[in-house]
Amino acid sequence: MKFYIPPQLTRLSIAFAIFITLFLLLRKLLIPDTFGQYGHYRGDSLTDNALPVVHYAGQQACLECHQDIEDQKQADVHSRIKCETCHGPGQKHSESAEATNILKPDSREFCGNCHEKNAARRSEAVVQIIINEHNTGKKCIECHNPHQPWTMKE
Amino acid sequence: MSQSPSAMDNERVKPSRRKFLKSAVTIAGAAIGYQWLKSGQYLLYGADPEDKNVPWYGIVIDIEKCIGCGSCAKSCKMENDVPKEPFFFRNWVEQYTVKNDGSVEITSPNGGIDGFKQTVPDEEIFKSFFVPKMCNHCYKSPCEQVCPVGATYLSPEGVVMVDDKYCIGCRYCVQACPYGCRFIHPERKVASKCTLCYHRLKKNLAPACMEVCPTGARMYGNLRDKNSEIVKFLKEHTTQVLRPNLNTGSKLYYNALGMEVK
Repeated sequence: MKFYIPPQLTRLSIAFAIFITLFLLLRKLLIPDTFGQYGHYRGDSLTDNALPVVHYAGQQACLECHQDIEDQKQADVHSRIKCETCHGPGQKHSESAEATNILKPDSREFCGNCHEKNAARRSEAVVQIIINEHNTGKKCIECHNPHQPWTMKE
Repeated sequence: MSQSPSAMDNERVKPSRRKFLKSAVTIAGAAIGYQWLKSGQYLLYGADPEDKNVPWYGIVIDIEKCIGCGSCAKSCKMENDVPKEPFFFRNWVEQYTVKNDGSVEITSPNGGIDGFKQTVPDEEIFKSFFVPKMCNHCYKSPCEQVCPVGATYLSPEGVVMVDDKYCIGCRYCVQACPYGCRFIHPERKVASKCTLCYHRLKKNLAPACMEVCPTGARMYGNLRDKNSEIVKFLKEHTTQVLRPNLNTGSKLYYNALGMEVK
């Protein structure tokens, strides 16, 4: 006896085959190429995340031109502080000296960010003053050289 | 007529059953005990070398050294183009003030960017300290587990990052992070978080917050390199991670962390 396949089953298998092909095709199109390269994520994303522009040049870049200031700094208590801590991001400036995006903060509040008296600051870690009582009306840098704080300007 | 209680017990529980119960409890106890001991690996999470050539980054923050200047939070915003306002942060600083009556006041005005003002008068303070917060770069991060599209992941270097192109901004990860380290970027509308300045690491530069920290309270390094500065620090100090009970595999180790810190 000849093997008989009912017509509805044939139609169903065709529909099923089309569905599976479509599914595989969509899957191929939608899943990014590098997905699963390292794990359950798009491998190229690592490269994407490495792309953003650097703004902080790093201490070495500053020292290429400003070794003199660094020598000053090394002689006093601000020796550990990096240039960009106060002067802000310097990548543009390090690429071309004309770029004047370097900050020169001189407000009492800025110095106060570290030196304002606060119970959470350990006295042996940082010298603290009460901003509203210490030589009011004058800028800190009128007496203190920020690169050499204990070398008074007067 | 009366029998001693022990004799009664002996009759009620058959010796064979007693033996079975005893061994069952012992085996169960041993199994639980083993699991408990096994999960007690808090230090150097996942640092067993899979590939010695790839670093496995960990972070140390020394609370004793932090003076709360907010340079880290400020520099992070500038380096990673996070708008200053609204006040979303990839890293920020909190001030904990324990008062004499035992209550704890936690302040973080603008994330510490503009410095701190002491809010409690000196005579009421028992102790006070700063706690810089940032992504813990967990080895078993909850945020990575909940992402429905695989857009957040742990890189081979142990840095948890977001795939901006495939993030759908559903905010699951923002809710999943027990440390509050994620937010939806107000302009790009995708999840955003600390990447340990991945773009800088790739250029052999220190992350911006570590670069500018004036007291060296922050440190990052390769946990796989047993001679690295960070491993040396971890050997010499008693460090602690935030919320160890959640078993997130945090790789941000705090030195001198107070028990008040949440």
